[in-house]
Amino acid sequence: MSEPLHTVYVPRDAAALSVGADETAAAIRAEATKRGIPLRIVRNGSRGMLWLETLVEVETPEGRVAYGPVMAEDVAGLFDAGFLEGADHALAHGLTEKIPYFAKQERLTFARCGIIDPLSVEDYRLHGGFRGLERALAMTPAEIVTEVTESGLRGRGGAGFPTGIKWNTVLNAQAEQKYICCNADEGDSGTFADRMIMEGDPFCLIEGMTIAAIAVGATEGYIYIRSEYPHAVATMREAIRLAYDEKWLGDEIHGTGHRFHLDVRVGAGAYICGEETSMLESLEGKRGTVRAKPPLPALEGLFGKPTIVNNVLSLTSVPIILDKGASYYRDFGVGRSRGTLAFQLAGNIKHGGIVEKAFGVTLHELLYEFGGGTITGRPIRAVQAGGPLGAYLPPSLFDLPKDYEAFAAVEAMVGHGGIVVFDDSVDMAKQARFAMEFCAAESCGKCTPCRIGAVRGVEVMDHIIAGEKVAANITLLNDLCEVMTDGSLCAMGGMTPIPVRSALKHFPEDFTRSPAAVAAE
Amino acid sequence: MNARSPWSEERATAVIAANRHLRGALLPMLHALQEEFGCIDEEAIPLLARELNLSRADVHGVVSFYHEFRRSRPGRHTIKVCRAEACQSMNADGLIDHIRRRLKVDFHETTADDAFSLEPVFCLGNCALAPAVMVDETLHGRVSPARFDAITASTLATEAVR
Repeated sequence: MSEPLHTVYVPRDAAALSVGADETAAAIRAEATKRGIPLRIVRNGSRGMLWLETLVEVETPEGRVAYGPVMAEDVAGLFDAGFLEGADHALAHGLTEKIPYFAKQERLTFARCGIIDPLSVEDYRLHGGFRGLERALAMTPAEIVTEVTESGLRGRGGAGFPTGIKWNTVLNAQAEQKYICCNADEGDSGTFADRMIMEGDPFCLIEGMTIAAIAVGATEGYIYIRSEYPHAVATMREAIRLAYDEKWLGDEIHGTGHRFHLDVRVGAGAYICGEETSMLESLEGKRGTVRAKPPLPALEGLFGKPTIVNNVLSLTSVPIILDKGASYYRDFGVGRSRGTLAFQLAGNIKHGGIVEKAFGVTLHELLYEFGGGTITGRPIRAVQAGGPLGAYLPPSLFDLPKDYEAFAAVEAMVGHGGIVVFDDSVDMAKQARFAMEFCAAESCGKCTPCRIGAVRGVEVMDHIIAGEKVAANITLLNDLCEVMTDGSLCAMGGMTPIPVRSALKHFPEDFTRSPAAVAAE
Repeated sequence: MNARSPWSEERATAVIAANRHLRGALLPMLHALQEEFGCIDEEAIPLLARELNLSRADVHGVVSFYHEFRRSRPGRHTIKVCRAEACQSMNADGLIDHIRRRLKVDFHETTADDAFSLEPVFCLGNCALAPAVMVDETLHGRVSPARFDAITASTLATEAVR
């Protein structure tokens, strides 16, 4: 009797690859061959427990057993210990789904990520894939839009605009051509959820975009992915090819009269192209300068036609809403923040990764119960929530629930769900200076408050850091922030003052340390 | 490994033609040219302008807007080091100091032996495993100075095998 075929999962997610997943997979393959053990290695996405990468999982009758972080040199020892039967080992974590970090999550958007083979249509279908689209194909466009509206889904890119209302505007626009554009220009530091789902469950994005297309009568779509994400680009392109082969894209989607064509376009290292109108300019082959609004992209978007521009996580939340119904999704969350968000724990954090939870979870729970505090073991002094344009928050605000309105009330934002953690070695004046420096480097240059304001902001911060006329320069900095906030065309210049002012408000002591005082310490 | 074919108008024309069918084709054309030649050669500007019925100034404006497009040929490998907040929180600044000293170059420069071009980048999407560095298209996480040295050494060793 031949031995049963063992199945081992080794992620192909870029984060896992960055700590040697390919080498680990090759070592497992070589060791199995050496020992004459038949083995099937599935290259899945990541489960999102990134401190455990490379997280190797073994299929057992009880479920998948996790081992991590597994380096190539650990592999022989794992075979010796009998890991193919799920045996104990110093790197063993028991059943993956019982690991508290994972078990305590509410995985709706990321339900399949890390579980399936991302490039298997069959695996996708076995795990509930395309059920939302199948249901949508039997509905009228207005019914689909109503379903999305009633789910309470809001734009996950950061702005939080109700997705259904945007779709309705495009649905009601009269035009011979409409477009669906997915904004996958995930440039915020501390965010990687778009990348992870594109690499771990790419068909989910294809399905969400196709549902959007049917809902508003669009026949062409683009996914605009940043050039810093070569793995996501490759995975999405391959998934699109497979979807065409299986008739989930093309002229007759799944035997119906619906037509939808989808293509990937690659950015070129410009943060501003995450702003929707700038992204549209870039897709048209131009400089990525922002457009004045109105007209809204929903009415005059790509090539001047009505266009849905949605973030990856908005679109990947659509399939489950169509599959399980608006009320299923809406039942998660609090207040006007419905459903779940994939929070991303990043920076100086012990247990970094994806935590998909319903809105209402507090920063404290995310940082300590999930994150386990800093990796350096020092106290957390500040977190930046919502990307480089998000506020720096002190521990006194960590009880704040993650909810669009609760965050807005303290001049902060949930944004795309990224949370960057800093320990007590952080210099907040330096962080404020960086916010201005980043804006100066990445401003599209169209409006003066952003283009010139950011440069002046760096200069003023340099004076403050050098201890020159600190009080007068702080007044000047506040004035400058006000001009940028009120006078900028888009969020880049308009929100750069948020990290600056929050740093000043919550950590004023870092701005008043003259070099002489620091030297005396 | 960066492609760095010498400029060939014939080849450039073919690369441009292969992307002619796309709408908003300028960025895909620029990416394809850079993949072939390692940079956007000055000679490519009039070819693109003619193809897309744009002025040379328009094309130049697009090339210069995006950080990714280079105007000069890179070294054999490109090293992108993340400078953004998540990596800062894990002392990316210290790593960057080490890299500058080690390679004896600053950002946007190429080492004397033509092996590495050093570029800053704002976020590689590996923020839970900071600091992050990308060498060509290979992403590396938790990059300490020692690990950086090992990565560059193995990049050169792989090159020698070829």
